[in-house]
Amino acid sequence: MSSQQRRALVLGIVLLALGAALLVLGAGIGSTGFESVLDARHDPVALQIVRDIRLPRTLGAWLAGALLGLAGAVAQGLFRNPLADPYLLGSASGASLGVAIALAMFGVSPTSTEWVVRLGLTGAAFLGAVLAVLLTLLLARGVQQTLRLLLAGVIVGVVLGAAKDLITIASADILQAIVGFMLGSTGLVGWSACAVMGALGAACLLLGWMLAPLLDGLALGEATAASLGLPLGAMRAALVVVLALATGAAVAQTGLIAFVGLASPHLVRSAVKTTHARLLVLSTAMGGLLLMAADLLARWLIAPQELPVGVLTAVLGGSYLLWLMHRRSARGGF
Amino acid sequence: MQATALEARQLSATLGSVEVLHAIDLALAAGRWTSIVGPNGAGKSTLLKALAGLLAHRGEVRLGDQPLSALPGRARARRLSWLGQGGPGEGSADDLMVYDVAMLGRLPHQRWLAAPSEADRAAVERALRSTQAWEWRTRPLGQLSGGERQRVLLARALAVEAELLLMDEPLANLDPPHQADWMAVARALVGEGRTVVSVLHELNVALAADAMVVMAGGRVLHQGGCHDPATHQALESVFDGRIVIHRVAGQWIAIPH
Repeated sequence: MSSQQRRALVLGIVLLALGAALLVLGAGIGSTGFESVLDARHDPVALQIVRDIRLPRTLGAWLAGALLGLAGAVAQGLFRNPLADPYLLGSASGASLGVAIALAMFGVSPTSTEWVVRLGLTGAAFLGAVLAVLLTLLLARGVQQTLRLLLAGVIVGVVLGAAKDLITIASADILQAIVGFMLGSTGLVGWSACAVMGALGAACLLLGWMLAPLLDGLALGEATAASLGLPLGAMRAALVVVLALATGAAVAQTGLIAFVGLASPHLVRSAVKTTHARLLVLSTAMGGLLLMAADLLARWLIAPQELPVGVLTAVLGGSYLLWLMHRRSARGGF
Repeated sequence: MQATALEARQLSATLGSVEVLHAIDLALAAGRWTSIVGPNGAGKSTLLKALAGLLAHRGEVRLGDQPLSALPGRARARRLSWLGQGGPGEGSADDLMVYDVAMLGRLPHQRWLAAPSEADRAAVERALRSTQAWEWRTRPLGQLSGGERQRVLLARALAVEAELLLMDEPLANLDPPHQADWMAVARALVGEGRTVVSVLHELNVALAADAMVVMAGGRVLHQGGCHDPATHQALESVFDGRIVIHRVAGQWIAIPH
């Protein structure tokens, strides 16, 4: 085993161990404080708070972050661009448009915990995200030309975003709900949402891992990848499916959470240089850890109030990105 | 009559809306080193890409006795290795380790997702050693200089161990000793019975090949042996008589004037 392989293994173990530690910590943080954990043995309300609110929410934050980390690594490999992020193909604005339409039509509030309503909203967000990616693919006439795909994604993002704004203006009472979705929150994730994200995440990770040699080949350029006999078209389409499903699942459950997908692969790469098969797995674990940590911070910083976790990831991730650009330009990159 | 490794019949190709190759007929001899030369914009790289089956084209490319397009991608990749010249649109792979980059050359031989076999490891080590890149095998590509990087990419192409190697400006960024090393590698490949085709701007290296294809304006102007005075004449005229070819110390040398 080479030294880089060993580093990758150690990094993976560390990320998972930290994740498990934070999951335990997450059970103890909330508006009722740590006492809920101590009281859980004999107080049914405290037990319910820990078991049905804090644990699924903390695990849900990990899962959503993991999906975004995976999607980010796939996007950066697929588009061969270190600044690519999971929302590149228009899934973010598609999801917000879906939520806006659902809210305007049914007049429901995203803070409602009634499961039919929740299902309607997450369903609308997921559908919106996937349809937006399909629209992007339609505009780009398939996945053959990466640059076309990128441009189409930007255009779809702008147009759908404008449509969402129009709907929001037309029915102003949904404004607050939409803003809540755009900021991103892990507060409403329950066990069923965890199950959905877990299942989709496992499927996406497996598919992404199977396609990882293509991402390695693409790193040498499209022509070289083709000269190695890789079926570019089919595999790229499959990677877009991974990207759309992973992003859609995360966005539907937690809203638009910024920068986790962008930062996770970079953090992994700064620690270890490895092939995409390992990068995808590590970036998944990194994304989960990042969002889980951000979620804990969001709950703890101004407790018993809480910050929208999306704001926190944007501030932290944005600072990281600035530092990254600074370091890169200092080295003569970019 | 020598066996033909790769043949183009009425090969035309367009980039964007401009036709860059005009109905080229070309036969490249098996077990020989052929260099392709010509001024900038002659269509050399495009020809090489079309010959490697990486570019949509009209006409036919034949590998041995069958059409290249009839071969499945992996089978083609095992028989024909292509080294691009990098440039815009091509990848950087800065975050991959040198060893992993070279191992990508074994993809056509490996079962999907299978761990590299002993044969794969041996081929990668041979390839990296032959370009003196073995000692950097645990370094990421992004930490190497342009010339060092080129040697790693060359090793990637060699690791395929294909019967036919198409290389587009393989000497880019290489210093003179490593240019000489590259020539030795090409000679060794030909010695093993493989076919080497290289697009070269270094005319002195190109003149050391077995045969030469002189291109201009998307057409093949001349094809012949490197010792043939007719080839020298074609070479001088394609560069507007701005070079003369002399024999110095047993080698053909192109001198600008």
